[in-house]
Amino acid sequence: MTLSHSIDRGPLFFRDRDWHPPAYTPGYKTSMTRAPHRALVALGSTLSEETGPAFGHDMLGELDNNLIVNFTGQPAIGERIIMHGRVLDENGRGVPNVLVEIWQANAGGRYRHKKDGYLAPLDPNFGGCGRTVTAQDGSYEFLTVRPGAYPWPNHVNNWRPMHIHVSIFGTGFGQRLITQMYFEGDPLIARCPIVNTIGQDRAIQALVAPLDMNRAIPMDCLAYKFDIVLRGRRQSFFENRKEGM
Amino acid sequence: MQRLDYLKETPSQTAGPYVHIGLTPNKLGNAGIYPADLGESPIRPGARGQEITITGTVRDGAGMILRDALIESWQADAEGIFPGNDPRGPADPNVTGWARIIADFDSGEWTLRTVKPGRVPFHDGRPMAPHISLWIVARGINLGLQTRIYFEDEDNDSCPVLQRIEHRERIGTLIARKTGAQAYRFDIILQGENETVFFDL
Repeated sequence: MTLSHSIDRGPLFFRDRDWHPPAYTPGYKTSMTRAPHRALVALGSTLSEETGPAFGHDMLGELDNNLIVNFTGQPAIGERIIMHGRVLDENGRGVPNVLVEIWQANAGGRYRHKKDGYLAPLDPNFGGCGRTVTAQDGSYEFLTVRPGAYPWPNHVNNWRPMHIHVSIFGTGFGQRLITQMYFEGDPLIARCPIVNTIGQDRAIQALVAPLDMNRAIPMDCLAYKFDIVLRGRRQSFFENRKEGM
Repeated sequence: MQRLDYLKETPSQTAGPYVHIGLTPNKLGNAGIYPADLGESPIRPGARGQEITITGTVRDGAGMILRDALIESWQADAEGIFPGNDPRGPADPNVTGWARIIADFDSGEWTLRTVKPGRVPFHDGRPMAPHISLWIVARGINLGLQTRIYFEDEDNDSCPVLQRIEHRERIGTLIARKTGAQAYRFDIILQGENETVFFDL
């Protein structure tokens, strides 16, 4: 980690908690004992949320964003895809120099994790994690294989849609976000209890990456575009006025 | 009427049970991709201030200790300055401020070794009591939970954030208990009796 300084300051936009999934979502069983019962104490951001860790491009290895070869150097098996997009804030500005980390199952839906006992085999050449730092315009890209769907013990016959987990930093700790990217056209999306923790269809659609033929490479790989939006910041023009704006 | 042209924040989803693959691959045993996991320590040798160790667990509403939670911490240096983009100037160069903490896969205990942060001003300039911000994700948590560690041997009564907690008896859930000269205990309870206070900040 390096201390590349950012001038991005100012209070964060309030989170729209009707847009995000609520904590208690019985269709997703594990949430039932892990959701706070008491109301959140709502205050708005302070300096502790408006500042955050910074990451430099210099910490990245050459293959960190290439999941096809970054585990052993030999190529993983599966559908070759580019996952790319921009990290923006709610004001529509690209957010440069922020860390994007991803992890996923292999093409058969099996994770390289000691707790995953699914019968689909591991791919000896697929680790399943990648990371990158956004460019000046907020853009990022990964090369990977499309993950398979997999079963999970929720209701008897629940299957997760194909998805890639995404972890994003902004310039403030209060912007910290983890989400999942889904793929256009996957019939399992509408059937997934985790997807359906989100109440509004427009919010669910914001997690579905469209096929992007403009970015596909002929005779090489397809592409999906996934833009990520972080909490915006209010202008701090009047921040010295203690009575507020 | 014109349309507001703001974008909506990307909706959150749970980190799921396999968050370690992506965020702490070396600790999981998937070595060879990154030379080291990020956020192993919020300080470097030579950091100014009182070195402390905080130990705890995360428990669910049934009293079960979570083995699959991931916590990130963010704090100021001993003078109360944040590394990076603090408008008041540069922090102690040996404080990076951020750590990524996972529970032991067997016991569920987590540990944070750091320096005790100094006071940081609230919007109106009043000092907030020394605290470490936490962000907790895990399977079953749909949106990362925000909370704070305060310290029992500090003056917490005047903290403008703690003062905003209407149910005064809940403030104790945010206060790490001293267990040694430089050691504290901070257990996080997600739900039920003595449920930890979580914030919308």
